[in-house]
Amino acid sequence: MPHPLSLADIPIGASVRIAEILTPGNNRRRLLDLGLVPGARVEIIRRSPSGNPTAYLIKGAVIALRNENAAQILVDTN
Amino acid sequence: MAIDTTLLSESTKNNPDKQNNFVIALAGNPNVGKSTVFNRLTGLKQHTGNWPGKTVIKAEGTFSHRNRHYTLVDLPGTYSLHASSSDEEVARDFICFSRPDITLVVCDATCLERNLNLVLQILEITDRVLVCVNLLDEAERKGIHVDIAMLARQLGIPAVGTAARSGRGLESLKNVLDDMLAGKIAIRPRQLVYDPELERSINKIEKRLAPYLPAWINSRWVALRVLERDFSILKHISHHKNNDFPRQVLKEEVALCLP
Repeated sequence: MPHPLSLADIPIGASVRIAEILTPGNNRRRLLDLGLVPGARVEIIRRSPSGNPTAYLIKGAVIALRNENAAQILVDTN
Repeated sequence: MAIDTTLLSESTKNNPDKQNNFVIALAGNPNVGKSTVFNRLTGLKQHTGNWPGKTVIKAEGTFSHRNRHYTLVDLPGTYSLHASSSDEEVARDFICFSRPDITLVVCDATCLERNLNLVLQILEITDRVLVCVNLLDEAERKGIHVDIAMLARQLGIPAVGTAARSGRGLESLKNVLDDMLAGKIAIRPRQLVYDPELERSINKIEKRLAPYLPAWINSRWVALRVLERDFSILKHISHHKNNDFPRQVLKEEVALCLP
């Protein structure tokens, strides 16, 4: 089985679908409220010069996530 | 009309004409043109409200329409009401404890879906909600058509389309506020039903809590917060009930109901 991809692994310009959110508790709630729900399409817009955080386009709004949070969000590339 | 005025500024509290004065809370996601709606409705008749520790509420303004006087309270823009930030807490507490006569939720027509999360969360607290689908002009430029009537039917509450920058739709917005207060509009808000296991827990907690809650508070909503282990809500309620509320006992009792 291939290693599951997370949002942190996706190159700029790519578009993916959220498969699963591994984050627990209040942070999970926070991500869901921002529109990061399973099935939602996410586009990777840009990375800051240091590589962290990264800006994502989610349901019409640009949301910045730190890589450690993005790494907890598994995605499908199709 | 008996409103809890603890979160309202002095000028609002001291308004002598209470019978005809209505408080409208203005809620919405960030960047949906909420301030434009606020400015359009209130004109220049606004001032910055100031509450101890509650400075995040930006402004309070007034307007009149069809012989009713309105105080419009601009709440911070938030994506949710889970009180994980002070902005969200201020918005939540105002909607819940200050009991505005109507909560006006401004939505962005160009990305309606992400806005409906907040609408549904507010509907879990109160059914006196009016949805304002703003930025219709931008949506049209992008080729997006929003079926406002269908949205209102699906949510079970009134909805009005606006393009606040040009003033479009604001007259009907004010008319609908008036119609709601006059009881001319039937409101049957859509209630979210969770999966059976959650519903069982919600019911259990709600039954335990209900006898102690003030009649105006939505006990299902409080049960949902407790189910998320947000016990701070019990603290808030006991504060608003002047501590006539066995918070600690209730917290322990309710904890037994948690899965």
